[in-house]
Amino acid sequence: MPINADAIRKNFPILETEINKRPLIYFDNAATTQKPLVVLERLRYYYENENSNIHRGAHYLSHIATEAYEAARNNLRRFINAGESHEIIFTRGTTEAINLVANSFSKKFVNEGDEILISTMEHHSNIVPWQIACQEHGAKLRVIPINDKGELDMEAYDGILSDKTRLVAVTHVSNALGTINPVEELVKKAHEKNIPVLIDGAQAAPHLHIDVQQIDCDFYCFSGHKMYGPMGVGVLYGKEEWLNQLPPYQGGGEMIKEVTFEKTTYNELPFKFEAGTPNVADVLGLDAAVSFILDAGLDNIAAHEQQLHDYTVEQLRKLEKVRFIGTAKQKTSVVSFLFEDIHPYDTGTILDKLGVAVRTGHHCAQPLMDFYGIPGTVRASFAAYNTQEEIDKMIEGLQKVREMFG
Amino acid sequence: MSTIKEKEQEVIEEFALFDDWMDKYNYLIELGKSVPKIDDQYKEEKYLISGCQAQVWLHARYEDGRVYYTADSDALITKGIVALLIRVLSGQPPADIVDAEMTFIDEIGLKEHLSQTRSNGLLNMIKQMKLYALAFQKSKN
Repeated sequence: MPINADAIRKNFPILETEINKRPLIYFDNAATTQKPLVVLERLRYYYENENSNIHRGAHYLSHIATEAYEAARNNLRRFINAGESHEIIFTRGTTEAINLVANSFSKKFVNEGDEILISTMEHHSNIVPWQIACQEHGAKLRVIPINDKGELDMEAYDGILSDKTRLVAVTHVSNALGTINPVEELVKKAHEKNIPVLIDGAQAAPHLHIDVQQIDCDFYCFSGHKMYGPMGVGVLYGKEEWLNQLPPYQGGGEMIKEVTFEKTTYNELPFKFEAGTPNVADVLGLDAAVSFILDAGLDNIAAHEQQLHDYTVEQLRKLEKVRFIGTAKQKTSVVSFLFEDIHPYDTGTILDKLGVAVRTGHHCAQPLMDFYGIPGTVRASFAAYNTQEEIDKMIEGLQKVREMFG
Repeated sequence: MSTIKEKEQEVIEEFALFDDWMDKYNYLIELGKSVPKIDDQYKEEKYLISGCQAQVWLHARYEDGRVYYTADSDALITKGIVALLIRVLSGQPPADIVDAEMTFIDEIGLKEHLSQTRSNGLLNMIKQMKLYALAFQKSKN
């Protein structure tokens, strides 16, 4: 069923913003999406009616807040079809989730001469934590190359996977290109050699059905704020057998079973990895965001976004000197491009003046920009509330850019 | 020679002529073409201003008690803004450059280019210009 973007927009007060007396056109959804009223109301409801510290107090508020928090965990489990609720760890976001695994996994399983495998199209958040871990443990970071279209070179992957590989960490969807990677195949090949795989799902969660059991990955990470939820909350999914083997990431409250000055025993999953008072309000906000997505229908949202993507590409082709970056067969609704003769920053500045919010720059993927030999791109990324009329306005803006910069 | 304040005033008066932002940006792009070009030999890492989304190279030399800047950028709007900064600060005594408040950027409506976001490194540009002046000032004493 096609979604009614005009009706959906009514749930997003921020979309009524005006910039230079023009209506805001928000095409920076891959950086963060806007938040619907149901999410904002959920946050407020929590602080007005349920606020308390969870998992401890025996009082009424603590009881209902704990129930809501654990119900959210179960809803998130269902959202990505994980087997068990305790395989869902709440984090600050994808970045923290990756850092948790990079830190704890490497402490136990990575030694001198070992290798960690990532890809050319990774976000800095899926590069730097591994770099740090490699430096600490004397391991080497290896990189799966990509082709010009922005697709993983799967043959090269076969060659790089080896007895030395301790873990593969690859993105599900590229934030700069929109490429959807063949994660099931990646996992299958790694598992043939008993190598665990972490998937960075930050750009996939708002657009694709995620089934971690079907993908069979060992770890999967995503952020709430890129899927209509609040900032500061995300999820690390880990297979129980892996999570049980990893040492804790941070120490503190919640994560302990018993503490003496001599020795501490740790709590069981998922609490072992949730040190300190959890971000209850934002977890509940994320829960509301999941309901928002499911109510609109993930397939319906994806179909709508695909239509916007195709329309944008078609309209951009009519302009002169447009170079597309990332033309993979399997893509989400990200259009990354630049004018061959105009710096992306110049393009972005003029679009901003016209009320069009796009992202310009290297998209936290500098090695990828180096691969293409460009300073950055202009990236338009779509969400459920975007419309074709908005794209027409962006194209008008780009025509103006062409006029101004020759 | 005019002081920094006088030059700032000159720029403010020029920009007051535009009531449309498009004209202002077209003018900026024009200004960029007049930037005192940095010598190609200095277009290297060492002279690159960090924090700019566009690349900006800046060089300074000290002559007869005054600092002279040359620069370049691969983005035209950035180059225009750099040209404005150079127009105001170049040829001034180091002490005056170090103390310059540079409020004109705000007054001509280009403050957004000075914001603290990662994409805008213009603050770093001004800082670097002042650092050069400071270094020359110290070497003089």
